[in-house]
Amino acid sequence: MPVEVRIPTVLRPQTGGAAIVSYAGTTIGEVLHAMVAEHPGLQGQVFGPEGHLHRFVNIYVNDDDVRYTGGLDTPVADGDQVSILPAVAGGAA
Amino acid sequence: MSTPRELLNAAKAEIVEAEGAAVAPLVGTVTFLDVREPDEYEQGAVPGAVHLPRGHLEFQVEGKIPNKTAPIVVYCAGGVRSAFAAKTLQDLGYTDVTSVIGGFNKWKDDGLPWTTPRTLTPAQRNRYQRHLLLPEVGEKGQQKLLDAKVLMLGAGGLGSPSALYLAAAGVGNIGIIDMDVVDESNLQRQILHNLDRVGMRKVESAKVALTSINPDLTVTTYDTRLGADNILDIIDGYDVIVDGTDNFPTRYLVNDATLLKKIPVVHGSIFRFEGQVTVFDPYNGPCYRCLIPEPPPAELAPSCAEAGVLGVLPGIVGSIQALEAIKMILGLGEPLVGRLLAFDALEESFRSFKVRRDPDCPACGPNAGPIVIAEYDDLCMPHAG
Repeated sequence: MPVEVRIPTVLRPQTGGAAIVSYAGTTIGEVLHAMVAEHPGLQGQVFGPEGHLHRFVNIYVNDDDVRYTGGLDTPVADGDQVSILPAVAGGAA
Repeated sequence: MSTPRELLNAAKAEIVEAEGAAVAPLVGTVTFLDVREPDEYEQGAVPGAVHLPRGHLEFQVEGKIPNKTAPIVVYCAGGVRSAFAAKTLQDLGYTDVTSVIGGFNKWKDDGLPWTTPRTLTPAQRNRYQRHLLLPEVGEKGQQKLLDAKVLMLGAGGLGSPSALYLAAAGVGNIGIIDMDVVDESNLQRQILHNLDRVGMRKVESAKVALTSINPDLTVTTYDTRLGADNILDIIDGYDVIVDGTDNFPTRYLVNDATLLKKIPVVHGSIFRFEGQVTVFDPYNGPCYRCLIPEPPPAELAPSCAEAGVLGVLPGIVGSIQALEAIKMILGLGEPLVGRLLAFDALEESFRSFKVRRDPDCPACGPNAGPIVIAEYDDLCMPHAG
């Protein structure tokens, strides 16, 4: 069951420029772990040293923040869209 | 053929009339419709009355009073025009219409409540004509905009389009804080400024640009760095804050101070080809700490100055911020409270994500301690001293 993950521009250098990557998995944790296995540069961007999701990166399954739907255990299904939204602060400069 | 008197009697036979004293207790709870001419209305009217001259009634009333079953009390100067208006309203399908006997003249003589309505000048009516045509804005909404106080945090990429549109829309009081000087490298995206003003303080350049669009505008400038020492004084009294700042510590500082002052923040941020907009409405929706509990370490958060930004992008994001600010002022539609709108310029797509109030939020959660406004450490957590 491939699930699409949308990579924001700030993280695309870690995916060789790919904007969308797809992985099989039944939970968001499985999908993200498959993603960082293929693109190790994303490991430190998404996961903290103890394997938890960074608190400054929001992961959404469709439009829901996984922090409120079971964290890494949040189930995913075929056709779900995963979005990674990193915190950005730019504006005035 | 009928005489005017016969027409009036025919109308009166089909409508309900009431003495002013009988309907005066309804002021403030039901819709009063004033069908007199503008010069009559401006001299004095029933408080809160909807004004629509008799001549415009048929084609504009459905925009101004969409609910056809709610009670309407219609009045004119003496009770004649309102009788015809009541008949017309009934013909249009309004089911609960009452015409005031003796009109506003008798109303006043009877000592019933009235006020002198605030009205726009002819120049303002002309300038804001496109707003006045929108029943959702109208003259009342325009007055609200003229009375509103909006603070722009930053006169740069995001602040430029927001401030220009807010000024054009007639937001009457705009504050701008920025401690920078206009540089030629700003002009790729910061459309408040121009070549003639390179080297000028940004707040001054912004003031020149905004006041040249709209003479109704009062611009207050703060040529200083926003910090823990001044933020509470600066934001005091503003209705809405448009946040276009460029670093995490300031974003958290703005969040905590606006929670304390209960001022909504229209948040925008941009990076390369992507932008995000949301509205933080203190305690009615999530706050910045609910969305981003912790700032990223510096090495994971390059700024636009290092990473670049496409020039038009802040134009899109800043314009949406201006729109949201106006919606907040007018109480219009569904503001982006509890939703994050993410724009991707390369894909030309908008996506919206839910933002929830974090029950464990250290700033706005039910168990949050008192908010301390202080210079922030690396984690942007407030620490006293």
